[in-house]
Parts: sequence; structure tokens; C-alpha cells
Amino acid sequence: MNSFLTFSNDNIWYEIWPELALVLGAVIVLSMDLFSKRERGFPSMAGPFAIFFQGLLFSFHLFDYLAWHPTFDRTTFSGMLSQGFKGDVMRSFFLLSSFLVSILGHRYLKANLLRVGEFHHLTMLATGGLMLLCQSDHFLMLFVSLETVALCFYSLVAYDRESPKSLEAGIKYLVFGALSSSLLLFGIVLLYGVGANPEVWGARFTGHESMDPLSFSYLHTFLAENPDHLLLRAGVVLVLSGMAFKIGAAPFQIWVPDVYHGSPMPVTAFLAVSSKAAGFFVLLNLVQGPFGGISDFLLPLLGFIATFTIFFGNLAACAQRNVKRMLGLSGVAHAGYLLVAIMASMLFPGDSDRAVWVLFFYLFVYMTASFSVFGIMGLARTSEESEHDFSNYCNLAEKRPWMAFVLVCGISSLAGIPPFAGFISKVLLISVAYEAELYFSLAAMIIGVVISIFYYFGWIREICFKPDKLHDDDSLPVDPWETVTTSGFVKIVLISLTMASIVFGLWQAPFGNSF
Amino acid sequence: MNFDQIILLGSIFIPALASIVLFLEICKSDKIAKKIAYFSFGFPFISGILLFLRFDNSLEGYDFVVLFSRTGLQELNIHFHLGLNGISSPLFAMAGIVGMGAGITAIHSGVDRLRLYLALLLFMQSGLMGLFASIDLFFYYLFHEFALIPTFIMIGIWGSRDRKSIALELTIYLTLGALVSLGGLIALNVLVDAPNFDFPSLSRAVSELGMESSVQSNIFGLLLFGFGILVALFPFHTWAPRGYDAAPTSVSMLHAGVLKKFGLYGLIQIASPLLPDGAMFWSPLLLWLALGNVLFVGLVAVSQSNLKSMIGYGSVMHMGYCFLGIAVCSSLGAGSAVMLMVAHGLSVSLMFMLAHNLYTRTGTFEMDDMGGMASKTPLLACFFIAATLATIGLPGFGNFWGEFGVFLSLGEQTQHRLFLFLAALGIIISAIFGLRAVAKIFFGSASEAHSSRKKNNQISDLSFFEMIPAGIILASLLFLGLWPVVVSQRVDREIQTRFESQDRTYFSQTTPPCCPPEQESLDLNSSLPSKEKFLSNPEY
Repeated sequence: MNSFLTFSNDNIWYEIWPELALVLGAVIVLSMDLFSKRERGFPSMAGPFAIFFQGLLFSFHLFDYLAWHPTFDRTTFSGMLSQGFKGDVMRSFFLLSSFLVSILGHRYLKANLLRVGEFHHLTMLATGGLMLLCQSDHFLMLFVSLETVALCFYSLVAYDRESPKSLEAGIKYLVFGALSSSLLLFGIVLLYGVGANPEVWGARFTGHESMDPLSFSYLHTFLAENPDHLLLRAGVVLVLSGMAFKIGAAPFQIWVPDVYHGSPMPVTAFLAVSSKAAGFFVLLNLVQGPFGGISDFLLPLLGFIATFTIFFGNLAACAQRNVKRMLGLSGVAHAGYLLVAIMASMLFPGDSDRAVWVLFFYLFVYMTASFSVFGIMGLARTSEESEHDFSNYCNLAEKRPWMAFVLVCGISSLAGIPPFAGFISKVLLISVAYEAELYFSLAAMIIGVVISIFYYFGWIREICFKPDKLHDDDSLPVDPWETVTTSGFVKIVLISLTMASIVFGLWQAPFGNSF
Repeated sequence: MNFDQIILLGSIFIPALASIVLFLEICKSDKIAKKIAYFSFGFPFISGILLFLRFDNSLEGYDFVVLFSRTGLQELNIHFHLGLNGISSPLFAMAGIVGMGAGITAIHSGVDRLRLYLALLLFMQSGLMGLFASIDLFFYYLFHEFALIPTFIMIGIWGSRDRKSIALELTIYLTLGALVSLGGLIALNVLVDAPNFDFPSLSRAVSELGMESSVQSNIFGLLLFGFGILVALFPFHTWAPRGYDAAPTSVSMLHAGVLKKFGLYGLIQIASPLLPDGAMFWSPLLLWLALGNVLFVGLVAVSQSNLKSMIGYGSVMHMGYCFLGIAVCSSLGAGSAVMLMVAHGLSVSLMFMLAHNLYTRTGTFEMDDMGGMASKTPLLACFFIAATLATIGLPGFGNFWGEFGVFLSLGEQTQHRLFLFLAALGIIISAIFGLRAVAKIFFGSASEAHSSRKKNNQISDLSFFEMIPAGIILASLLFLGLWPVVVSQRVDREIQTRFESQDRTYFSQTTPPCCPPEQESLDLNSSLPSKEKFLSNPEY
């Protein structure tokens, strides 16, 4: 009875009100779709409601939690969740990202005659899961929220049930996701098995038996005491493998191009931004929390993964003509760069959080650039939507100047060309890597960026430069940009994303002294 | 904020603003666009010359300083910090002059989508002015990129044959160079951790820190090869002639004339004085590579039949002299390299402009298809011959003082005499291709296709708008050649203090025994004036 009382007293539900509100909104969206009179020709209000609701929630969260009342570091729910300023930054990040996904999705669903309600419902649920994932301080919580997210994504990837590509992508994502979840679970089990059992072979215990063996803080001390234990190391590697799947790092990157290719455009953007960012934040929590004690073992491993990821992503992307696959593979390369930031945060001299802030800035910049690119791509009316070839963008600059402008700015920001924010984020990353003395990864990163110019600039070349007269006859029978219509709202959102890319490239003062 | 600071800022931001106005298509008529372009190319031109004249010669360090420190990167010690010193003020003026020339050429070039063309060119001009006005090394790099990116786009849209593949090649090559040099700059920033990321603070911090020579040589290597790729140092030069060949004329002018000086400027202003041990370490290799520029690329230039690629190879070749000046690690060499940079910027842009004028008359860049032009276009022939002679380094033009100084600095040290001898051969090479081009184009009999055009009286002499920019650039070259002290004095003042330690090691070095005895005949030291005399006396 007594323990139940402490347990219930510890559950401060108020602390997770944004997640609760999001779930409530998701249920409302679903029921709105259920009760709307579609056959009478009334447009469903579910989409606009979802957009408005998430926009409101985002701005409220942004101002309340980040600007006016920054959260103290604290744990709730019996140590399941730990909240702090960084977690709140990520919560705002996910809210913004899902707001943008809903906007892009709304237009996309209408254009492709897909059901509206479930999409927003799933998006909001996934975002709630991502927000909890970032605050989890316990492996049980981590796994449950990760699975919540994964389940939403499985159905979102296969959302377009008419398209064989989308279904195929869904199956692939399901199979690989299940594999990675099982690896993660097995890793957790190994950690638990050794950590909770004082009689296990070779491990040292110095009286933390009263603590929860799955909590991050217990595992931190336990791993620091037993850094050479083979089973623990195996568990750590398996957990990292599960996370590597989420972020698309080598050798778990193989699903990326296929799933990006097949899934509907807003879902691709959602996967590329939110899912990846969550993976990185969890990875950061892990290497700074429970796995902090064995960084000597992790650093070479991560260094190898980062280098391999950078080279694989960039070289494979060079060969692609399909832009969705290319973006997927370039996202793999970006994951490699971000892994360098993770390594830097492990090595950073002193207790400075600079590497972490650089990681956040990079993710934010990646979000603005990715959404503007995916947003424009989603506008195209190709016969088979996923067949986005370089040639579809031929001479877009003359046909649709503003779209070309948004697209080119987004691509340039991804490529890291000044004056866009992508350049500053890469500069910060390089400088952090220097300070952490990661010279080898740094060299890999610089070479990777140079290789990436080939495919990013190749795409810009198609957009901006007129085709040579010789190839005019084999141009596309249907111009995908001819009948494109956009609402003013989408236009404003895309232009402001572009403006964000430019403004934060020239002036980083809003981010304060974080770097 | 006083008058000087305002025009310094204006020379950077007026072209940028005009570029945005033209880019957003706020004005729909080409006529107004041309007026805007005239104004915004003219402003940097006038302010460059004004600031050049108003520069306080007695001052050591920076004049007209503008500082804005809340950039958001202040934790990395990066501030928006502008100003001019003795090295940058002649280059700043040169950028204004060449920009004016390129601007007028562009306005009257009659390309399609003129407004976009002018917008990109103005953006480039703004970057070029900012580059030489930046004290902060980060913004120095950033402005360079601002100038570089329009190049890729303009080659891709308005370039000649193979423009797409050349644009891609150039982008990859130059991004590699830019990123390697960025790596070097960030390494400086992180390792030195000075309160400001600019040269004076860095050099103060370095002298307190006492950087190890192995670290120095690593960073210098990054900067040397990064900048080297951007300046077309010998094995990395292949992008340059192809790029200039394909680029529209104004872009070639600005890129070959001004933008390419970015790397040399960085080496002279930052790398060499800040990392003297690194410079010493790389000096032997750099000497050979620079010689590769002079001799190898020079011989390639001789074999060109296309006028534009010949000028392109020629400009790469003359970069070799600048590198030689840097490689000797002395104040005389570095100062002469600055002199040559200014003069070369003017002369090569003049050459590109005149080649464009020839193209509009003959419809070809192939020199074999021209011929006998002097009888129809005497004025153009005059300008072209003067520009060619300037490029070769004839006394009376600015290039002479640069090349002469580089030779002097090579001659000061016995171990460099071999290089002096071989580099002097370059003068002959450049005379061969330059004068041969003059002979082929302007004298002799015209080719068949060409003579029919001549008969139909389709060829006229330079128009007013072609003459003005050519005249301005040629006049500045002559001015520089006849009165070099205006530049050399302030360069000297700036360089002397920077290279003090290097000069000391340099002059205390003993002659290595490997030097062959027959080199003694090349001993020019006794018969030539000392370097102080050269750099500060107008008579020389």
C-alpha cells in the first residue's frame, strides 16, 4: 500500500501535458473524420484542425518552456522520465516538425485523394511517442515509446494503399524495424540480465542493489564499474545497433533508400527529420548517461561507424538519379556527420555542452532545409508519384521561379553552401570536432562534403541551367509542374522555411551564446 | 560612424542590395536595371579609389575599422569586423576598378536574362569588396564564398561549350579547396583561441602561445593546399583555364582578376607571417610547384590556339610568380607578390575584356581565324598590345615591379638562384605566346572567312562603352608602373613588421654547400639595389 502511494505520488501527470494534449488532439481528429458527412460533399475539418492544434501547441510550448519558464532538470514517474531544458528543446523540435508534416500532408492528401483523418492521427501519436522517447530515463520507457513511434511509422509508410511501392516500402520498413527492435530488446535484456543479477560471472557490485537495474543512472555506475565485461559490451553494441537503425547509420542503412522512395512524400520528410532527430537525441542521452563509463570502448566503434556512414552515404548517393533515393542516401551521410558531433560530445574538454548545442543547431537546420526540399517535391504532379527523377526538375527555374528558389536554397543548405544555415552548422561541427581532436573523422567529413557537392550540385544544375538543345526531343511527355496549384498558406510556410535557412546562415544571435 | 566607414560599408552592401532588388524582379525594365547596375558598380569603384587615397600611410594596422560583435558566433570569437590595411587597400581599390570594368562589359554585353546576370554579378562584386575589407577571418572566407557561388551559376547558365560539366568540375574542385582552407582556418581558431578571430589578435596570441613547429607546418599545409587549389597552384590548376574558357567574360574578368587573389592574400596576410616555421617547412616544395606554374603551364599556354584559353593559361602561369614571392619567405618576396597581384588583376582582366571585344567583332576565339585586325581596329590593337606587354612585364607597367621584385627576392639567397634562372625563362615564354598572339590577330593577312567580314565592313573599332573600362584599367596599370611607390610604401610598412622574424632567419641563413659554383655568375646582389631602397624609393 505504502509503495503504491509513493508510486502514485510520483506520477505528476502535469509534467507530460503536451504529450497528453497531443493524444487528445489525435483522438479528436479521428472522431472528426468519423462523424464528418463526407458523402454530402462537406470537406473534412480534420486536417485544418490538426494543423491549427499543433501550431498552437508548438507556439505555446516554445514560449512557455523555452523562453519564459525553462525547466529544471528533474525526474518523474519513478525515474521513468527525466526532464530538462534539452529535452524541452527536442519536444519543441518535434512539435514544429509534426506541424510542418501536417501542413505538407494536408495538401498532399488532398492532391492524391487519400484519407485525411488517420494520417494526422498517426502523425500526432508518433510525435507524442517521440517526445516521450526523448525524455525517457529508463530502458523500459525507451523501448515502449520507441515501439509506439515505430508502429505509427509502419502504417504511415504504407499509407498509400493503392501504390505497390508504398506497400513494399511498408513491408521493408516493418521487417527491418522488427529486426532492429529485437536487437535493441536483446541488448536491453543482456544489460538487465547482468545488471540485476549479483551472481553473474565476472561482474562487480558495490551496493546499488536497491536501485532499478534498468534505469539509466544505475547502468551508468554499473557499466563504469565493469567496463570490460563481455556480456555488457555485447548488450551495449546491440542497443547501439537498434539506434543505428533509427538514424540510418551504417551498417543498418540499407532500408533507407527503399523506404524513402516508396513512402508518401510527407512521411518521407517525417522519417528524415523527426525519426532521425529522435534517434540522435536518444543516442546522445545514452552515450552521456548509461554508456558514459565505457566511452573508451565506444569511441573507436562510433568513429568507424561515422566514417563508414559518411562514405557509404555520399558515394551511393552519387550514383542515384532518383531524387528521393538520393535524398535518403544523403541523409545517411548527414547521419555520419552528426555521429561526429556525438563523438565530440563524449570527448569534449570540460563539462561544456557546446557539442550538444551544435547537434541541435544542425538538426534544426536540417529540418528547415529538408522540409523546404520535400515540400516542393510533394507539389510535383508526376504520374507515378515516387518516380522523381532528375529530369523531372529540368529547367524548373524558368517554369516556376519561386519553387526553384525554395528548392535550390534547401538543397544548398543541405550541401552546406554559404550563406545558408547549413554552412554555419557544418562550420560549427568542424570546429567542435577540432576541439575534440577527432582529426580522422574530420578528414572523412570534409571529403564527404566535397563528394556531396557532386550530387547536390548536379540537381541544382538540372533545376537552373537550360538543357542543351540536343536533348530536347527526349524530354518528358507530361510536365509535372504544369498543373501545380498551391495554396497561399503552403507558399508562406515554404518561403519562411527558406528565409529561416538564409537568416540563420547570416545571423546566429537568436541562439545566444550556446556555441 | 564617419564618412570613410560609411563608404566602406556601402561598397559592400550597395552591390548586394542592388543584386537583391534585381533578383526579386522589383523593376521589370532592363533600362532601369542598367541604371541600378551602373550605380552599384560605380559606387565600389569610386569608394575603392577614395579609400585608397584617404588611407593613412603613417598608420600601422587597420584604418576605417567597423565592428559589429553580436553575430551569434561570438563564442567562437567571430565578429563582423571590417577595415583596410596596407596590403588590402590596394587590392580593395583594384577590386573596385576591375569590378567597374566587368560591370560595364556586362551591361553592354546583351546577354539574355540580363537582370539575373547583373544580379549575380553584383552579388559577386559585393563578395569581392567584402573579402578584401574583412579583418575577421571567418567573414573573409564567407565573402569569398559569396563571390564564388555566382561563378558556378553563371558558368552554368551563360557559359559556352561544355558549360554544364565545367560548372560541375569547377564547383567540386573549388569546394575542395575552400573546405581544406576552411579546415586550416578553423584549426587556427580552435588551437590559438585568440579573443578575436583576426590577424592582429591571432598573431599576439600566437606569440604568447609559442606554437610548435610541427603544428605550424600542419596548419600551413592545410592553408597552402586549400588556398593553392583556389589560386590554381601547379598540379591543381586544371580547372582554371577550362573554367575561364567557358565562363562569360565578366565572370572571367572578376574571377581571374580579383577572386583568385583570395588565396594569395590569405597566405601573405595570415598564413606566412603567423606560421613562419610552417612557411619555412613548405618553402622548398612550394618553390618547385610554383616553378611548375611558370614553366609547365607557360609552355602549355604557348601551344594554345584559342585566345581565351591562352589568356587563361597565361594567368595561371603568372600566379607562379606570386607563389615564388611567397615561397622565399621574406618581406621583399611577399611585398612584390602583393604588387604583382594588384597589377596582374588589372592586366588579366583587361586581356579578357579585349578578347571579348575581339570576339564580338570576329565571332571566334581561334587566333588562326583572325588576322590583319590592326588595319580595321587600330585602337583595339593598341589596347591589346599594351595589355600584352603589361602581362609580359615590360617596365612602365605595374607587373614589371612585381616580377622584378620577385626575381630580386629570389636572387638574395644563393640557394634560390637556380629558381631565379628558371623563373626568368618564364618571361621569355610569356613573351612568346603574348607577342605571337598579337602577331596572329592584328597583323599578317586575314583568313578567308574573316576577310569576307572585313570586306563587308562589319568590323568597327572600339565603341565608347568598350573604351571607357579598358581605358580606366590601362591607366591604372600605367599609373602603377610609373609611380609604384603609392602601393609599395604602404605594403612595405605593413609587411616589414609582419615578416620581421622571417627576414631575420632568412638573412642569417648560410649558403648551403649543395649550390653549384657556376651559379655565382648569377649573383645579382652587388649590382642591384637593396630591398629597402626598392620598396620605398619612387625612383626605382
